[in-house]
Amino acid sequence: MDVQPSLAPPPPPPPPLGGHGLHRFANPGRFLRLSGAVLPWLAGAGILLTALGLGWGLFGVPADYQQGDAVRILYVHVPAAQMALGGYLVLAFVSLASIIWRHPLADLAAAEIGPVGAAFTALCLGTGSIWGKPMWGTWWIWDARLTSVLILFFLYLGHVVLVRAFDDPTRGQRAGAILALIGVVNLPVIKFSVDWWNTLHQPAAITLSGAPAMHLSMLWPLLTASAGYACLFGAIVVARTRAAVLERRLQGLLLVRTEAAR
Amino acid sequence: MTHLPYILVSYALGIAIPLGFGLAALHRMRAVGRKLAAIDRRTRS
Repeated sequence: MDVQPSLAPPPPPPPPLGGHGLHRFANPGRFLRLSGAVLPWLAGAGILLTALGLGWGLFGVPADYQQGDAVRILYVHVPAAQMALGGYLVLAFVSLASIIWRHPLADLAAAEIGPVGAAFTALCLGTGSIWGKPMWGTWWIWDARLTSVLILFFLYLGHVVLVRAFDDPTRGQRAGAILALIGVVNLPVIKFSVDWWNTLHQPAAITLSGAPAMHLSMLWPLLTASAGYACLFGAIVVARTRAAVLERRLQGLLLVRTEAAR
Repeated sequence: MTHLPYILVSYALGIAIPLGFGLAALHRMRAVGRKLAAIDRRTRS
């Protein structure tokens, strides 16, 4: 079958699937402008809300009738746990964007989310352990909730190591993105571990389907601290990603200078 | 206040970890900004 050569210009490539809105923000120059405007407000809100939430939890909330003042650890532990899970969800979303659209900004963001997520997961495990000692009588138990969060921590660590393990960064980013997507399976396991198995860890006190199982005087400071941690987590990731974009620009400029000097 | 050492260590970790990461990110941004400003005219204005 003969194919007739055409003089007409090739048709423009189709727009990326569902990506117009996202691609607009994925432009590094636009990201730098937008993040530069948002970052001070995000960081300011994070510091203010976290200080308010933690101060309120420490001094303004009555002691629990069973746990005494140890319940105040809740105001650090629960927001850290929420950020550990939420951060991984964002990491998985960014990894999906990286695999589908192969956008460098998604790769940079994924590499910067990993260490922050790992730190907040370590904070969740650490404060949980500190809370567990006086309440359960042990620092650690191989409970389904604790074990699945420990797996989440290892997934974060694996991602951190993997994206930095290859001489060719693209290969590391691909491998890290695949690991991040596979690890998403662990998120519902963490969430529902307290329902699926008999665990020492208490079930969720705040659910979408029912009234919270804690008094409002304890709920409000918790929500404030959670909002503060969310803003802080976002501000740290945005700041790290900004630095990574600028570092890449610096590398590019230095490369151009070196080439020009030859 | 009961369990004070446990509470204090938890709050210290809860403040120190985000603070450390925040300051490190700020330092990294400033350092790369200074280097860029030194070689790229566009970032000086």
